[in-house]
Amino acid sequence: MMAQRVGTTALRRVAGNPNTFFTHNVTKLALASSLSNMQTRPVATQKLTPADGDSILAKQRLARPVSPHLDIYDKSQTYFGGSIWNRITGSIFSGGLYVFGSAYLIAPLVGWHLESASIAAAVGALPFALKGGLKFLLAWPFAFHCLNGTRHLVYDLGVGFQRRTIAKGGWYVWGASIVGGVYLAFFL
Amino acid sequence: MAALRSTSARILGASRPVFRVAAPVRGFANLADAAQESQTASGSESKLKTFQIYRWNPDTPTEKPRMQKYTLDLNKTGPMVLDALIRIKNELDPTLTFRRSCREGICGSCAMNINGTNTLACLCRIPAEDSAELKIYPLPHTYVVKDLVPDLTQFYKQYKSIKPYLQRDTPSPDGKEYRQSKVDRKKLDGLYECILCACCSTSCPSYWWNSEEYLGPAILLQSYRWLADSRDERTAERMDALNNSMSLYRCHTILNCTRTCPKGLNPGLAIAQIKKEMAF
Repeated sequence: MMAQRVGTTALRRVAGNPNTFFTHNVTKLALASSLSNMQTRPVATQKLTPADGDSILAKQRLARPVSPHLDIYDKSQTYFGGSIWNRITGSIFSGGLYVFGSAYLIAPLVGWHLESASIAAAVGALPFALKGGLKFLLAWPFAFHCLNGTRHLVYDLGVGFQRRTIAKGGWYVWGASIVGGVYLAFFL
Repeated sequence: MAALRSTSARILGASRPVFRVAAPVRGFANLADAAQESQTASGSESKLKTFQIYRWNPDTPTEKPRMQKYTLDLNKTGPMVLDALIRIKNELDPTLTFRRSCREGICGSCAMNINGTNTLACLCRIPAEDSAELKIYPLPHTYVVKDLVPDLTQFYKQYKSIKPYLQRDTPSPDGKEYRQSKVDRKKLDGLYECILCACCSTSCPSYWWNSEEYLGPAILLQSYRWLADSRDERTAERMDALNNSMSLYRCHTILNCTRTCPKGLNPGLAIAQIKKEMAF
């Protein structure tokens, strides 16, 4: 690299000033130009004991930032990934079960009316769109969790791991769950 | 740089590029040269592409990481992202830091996050059809040593922890090599090709949150490579080491690993095979 650089610089000089080619020695010129014009980086190392080196490394490690992850990774694989939504929808249902279960338990003490009949009457009185929307809010997570859960069970058999199947399957589950949710909410 | 020019070229400053073309020697360009080149070329058929690159310097640790923009003419750049990075380092900004070695996808050094997915810069084409800016980050959720260089110490420690070598007690029957049938050898295809570039492990959200204990796709693929090897005699021990809630079972079949692998391998399938073998 060094030799190549010196050579290049010399050639450039020669190309620039043709006269000097005949009057000067090329190697001398190369040496001179390398001293005057070349970018040099003086070697600036210092002796360190392994312990010193380790302490510098430890200090550097403390300051190191974590590289960005969720913000920059392909959104279709993170925010719209089947796995995370499987967990979210699952949590909605198990969380909902606990909330409703405990509310039902304490309802007689507090005086709430959470019996099926009164809830059905309350929902039945709502306008159609609102009723359907409320049902969809429960029907879509149910449909998604069923379909994607099946997909994960199939994965556990070691089936469906081709790249295309993975990417396509994800979008199919999204589409099918929305269709299924609409069906459950409005046509059942 | 000015000192290198001949007097005639300095006088006829505007027509300098014409002289440059005639010169047989390719010089080392600097920032001013690159700017001039892109100016002169923009008239004809320059294809400019802007690269946004993650920068962080350990010498100034209090400064926040930032994105720096570099514009290159694609007509003068090689087809791959690594070509662009090398050209930026050579001609625009020598302080840009990244790992690279083989430039042909066999060393795994240049693994980084390019436009949202992890891949090897040397195997990733620069998308030339659109003019959108290309974003380049280091591997996600890793400690950054500098710019695009991640700290993979934990990754290599985990690799060491699975004992990635043949473990045997019985000597081979003929005292020579340990033989294997063709069928058994075929089981290692798709496993031994892994170059440990860490693209898959750092694409896995589960590994992002649990990299202390979860082994991650790359290391589990290697685990399976030794589990599947007919010559290895410590299969039971290897499985026992994986049989806890963290090492293996933090895999939730998110499958970003399989989608990102630049070598076209299938870590997700390997992990599923381990789970299957552990269950039955």
